[in-house]
Amino acid sequence: MDAITKIIAKERPDALLPTLGGQTALNAAVNLDKQGVLKKYKVETIGANIKAIKKGEDRRLFKEAMKKIGLDLPQSDKAYNLEDAVEVAKRIGFPVIIRPSFTLGGTGGSVAYNLEDFMSLAKRGLEASMISEILIEESVTGWKEFELEVMRDLKDNVVIICSIENFDPMGIHTGDSITVAPVQTLTDREYQKMRDAAIACIREIGVETGGSNIQFALNPENGRMVIIEMNPRVSRSSALASKATGFPIAKIAAKLAVGYTLDEIPNDITKETPACFEPAIDYCVVKIPRFTFEKFASADSSLTVSMKSVGEAMAIGRTFKEALQKGLRSLEIKKLGLESMLFNSPLDIKIENGTMEIILQKLRVPNAERIFYVGDAFRAGIDIEKIHELTKIDRWFLYNIKEIIECEKEICRSKENFNTETLKKAKEFGFSDRQLAKIIGKKEDEIYSLRKKYNIDPAFKLVDTCAAEFQAFTPYYYSSYDK
Amino acid sequence: MNAILALENGKVFRGKSFGASGQRFGEVVFNTSMTGYQEILTDPSYKGQIVTMTYPLIGNYGVNKEDVESRKIFLEGFVVKEYSKIASSWRSEKPLGDYLKENNIIGIEGIDTRQLTLEIREAGAMKAVLSTLDTDEKALIEKVRQSSGLVGIDLVKDVSIDKKYIWSSPKNKFKVVVLDCGVKYNTLRELIKRHCQVIVVPAVTSSEEILKLKPDGLMLSNGPGDPAAVSYVIETTRKLIGKLPIFGICLGQQMLGLAFGGKTYKLKFGHHGVNHPVKDLKTGKVYITVQNHGFCVDIDSLNKKEIEVTHINLNDQTLEGIRHKKLPIFSVQFHPEAGAGPHDAEYLFDEFIKLMKK
Repeated sequence: MDAITKIIAKERPDALLPTLGGQTALNAAVNLDKQGVLKKYKVETIGANIKAIKKGEDRRLFKEAMKKIGLDLPQSDKAYNLEDAVEVAKRIGFPVIIRPSFTLGGTGGSVAYNLEDFMSLAKRGLEASMISEILIEESVTGWKEFELEVMRDLKDNVVIICSIENFDPMGIHTGDSITVAPVQTLTDREYQKMRDAAIACIREIGVETGGSNIQFALNPENGRMVIIEMNPRVSRSSALASKATGFPIAKIAAKLAVGYTLDEIPNDITKETPACFEPAIDYCVVKIPRFTFEKFASADSSLTVSMKSVGEAMAIGRTFKEALQKGLRSLEIKKLGLESMLFNSPLDIKIENGTMEIILQKLRVPNAERIFYVGDAFRAGIDIEKIHELTKIDRWFLYNIKEIIECEKEICRSKENFNTETLKKAKEFGFSDRQLAKIIGKKEDEIYSLRKKYNIDPAFKLVDTCAAEFQAFTPYYYSSYDK
Repeated sequence: MNAILALENGKVFRGKSFGASGQRFGEVVFNTSMTGYQEILTDPSYKGQIVTMTYPLIGNYGVNKEDVESRKIFLEGFVVKEYSKIASSWRSEKPLGDYLKENNIIGIEGIDTRQLTLEIREAGAMKAVLSTLDTDEKALIEKVRQSSGLVGIDLVKDVSIDKKYIWSSPKNKFKVVVLDCGVKYNTLRELIKRHCQVIVVPAVTSSEEILKLKPDGLMLSNGPGDPAAVSYVIETTRKLIGKLPIFGICLGQQMLGLAFGGKTYKLKFGHHGVNHPVKDLKTGKVYITVQNHGFCVDIDSLNKKEIEVTHINLNDQTLEGIRHKKLPIFSVQFHPEAGAGPHDAEYLFDEFIKLMKK
């Protein structure tokens, strides 16, 4: 704080833009305001003002604001004794999260799946709370998770830059989740409902200019949509959204902060059309988190609501299958694609004592390698419904993974007769030459030669913000086996 | 089953069939929307067209009974990169492929739809054929070149209803006649939401018959094809100018423009998507709009003493909205009813209600 204060005292800026420096910058801005530094040096906040930041960040203020505009949130209520607590829990329905208020030593929340568990957990919670108060909250663990990247300008124009669907459901931090752009499993009706909610949210919170990230959870059984949180700033997801769409969120956010409006800023890539539009993408983007649990031997490697990843890889393909496998081999964890954790060869699936238990356990408890165990589950003959039941990963994603595994089997079987069609399909499904070589026991060079012989080469397609509708002047490229 | 798409410019795309079998001609256009394939399929404005989706993964959430925009599929064929064999949604009732088969529509997958889109962008919307029967490329291309295309053809008669029907709201505050040139249900839903009784009449209904219904306002709906070919609706519109508040959408705007003495022209590859920025010239605000049109009113052909330009497309500066300077008549080229797409422009229905209140 001292350093920033000194900088402000020396540089005497007219304005402070706190929305481009992550959570730290937001916190710093709030503290500068609290300590009177902004007032003293007459520094105005632009992008998001202090009130908007607080409204976005403070759970209670956020909840009130969302209720005001009619958005649904996970239900919750307070209770001060066991009798009331039971009533609240019954009303909300299990599972519920129990959060004791004002605890010594910060006792965390717990989840109760049934009344019996709830009784003992609630009792313990009430005892742990210094004011005998617990918050009972509806659990949305296992629901589908979505994010929208939203931008707003001073004229109140609002656009959605990118929609993101999490492969991993609620309960796993977005930073630790495999995420996919654009949204894959929402009908237009549901997507537009979410879009409307996001626009209403950014307006109500009062982020005047720039980007925000808004997260939603959706009950896969009935489509009930609740808003989870909003980040009134450019975030990790914005970086992903920028690369995924070709829309430079941080750059545009900076311009909007000083008063430009979206219709005044040209789209960098198409030049002739304005930045006031919603990117249309004609490919699939997959982001996969990178973990380094091997460096922290004693760390608990299960994934929860606290982020544990240290980085990520992003891949683009024309299909989810292609992008997923490209992403997995980009992690630099010595995986060439969706390879097996447990089996040597797709044709040699040995289910030994305990193998099934390992797979089921790895599916049930989210972990860094879960995506590979989903592959192994299919290799071991477990069906989509069972995997969905254990992981809550949407069946659409699971089906696509199943297709990769079936293709792998097909490759294996056609070992001696590896024809054009099989090779072409394998490449379209994102298998690398080296990965294929390993599966059929050949050398990478041999696959490469075969590919050349059959004329199977990648095409280089454009990230152009507009799905080829307009000419692109400064696009970037991704490779894909689609031509 | 193998399927083939052959274009007027001689380009051929081979893929696999995932819908009905057969052979259908149409004008091939691309749509850049990433969601809403069921609404697109059932949008009557696509009559006469083969639609390719630029988004590569289609069919993911299946189809259901609710998300239809008309009584059936009107487009001629559906072209995608990858058809999803699994339909994952709590609302899904059947996979997309089954739906196409039931409606006797050919679907083709495994196409490099980006390349196809580039072909359309360069050459313009082209005549094409989609076939699961004939795979002789040369013969198909020849047949395509001899097919009729869209210009000068009245497609409205193929999509309009034979008999009028009525949708009522709980409180019928206004009576609106909708001249059905291929109306989307969402237009009716938006009117119902605003307490209108909606009387949908066939496109051939005369002005006298419309006036006999004593409506508070008239909607000129969206619809397929060349507006200049629908002379009978233009004539009806001309007779009703000055008699009723009128709101035109898409083809409705084009027919209104023609009725006011303006001209229409064909766009190179049209606007088909849900992300078009349109500026409201009065407020300066930009709306993200849903678009689906191959023809447009020539902005210079309008009598500016009578007609005011209210909306402009920021991508290509084409005309998006007009308003009569004295009479309660206005129209837009885009789709405020959405379905599929953003709801940004719904406010125009409120403006229509305001005009009827006066």
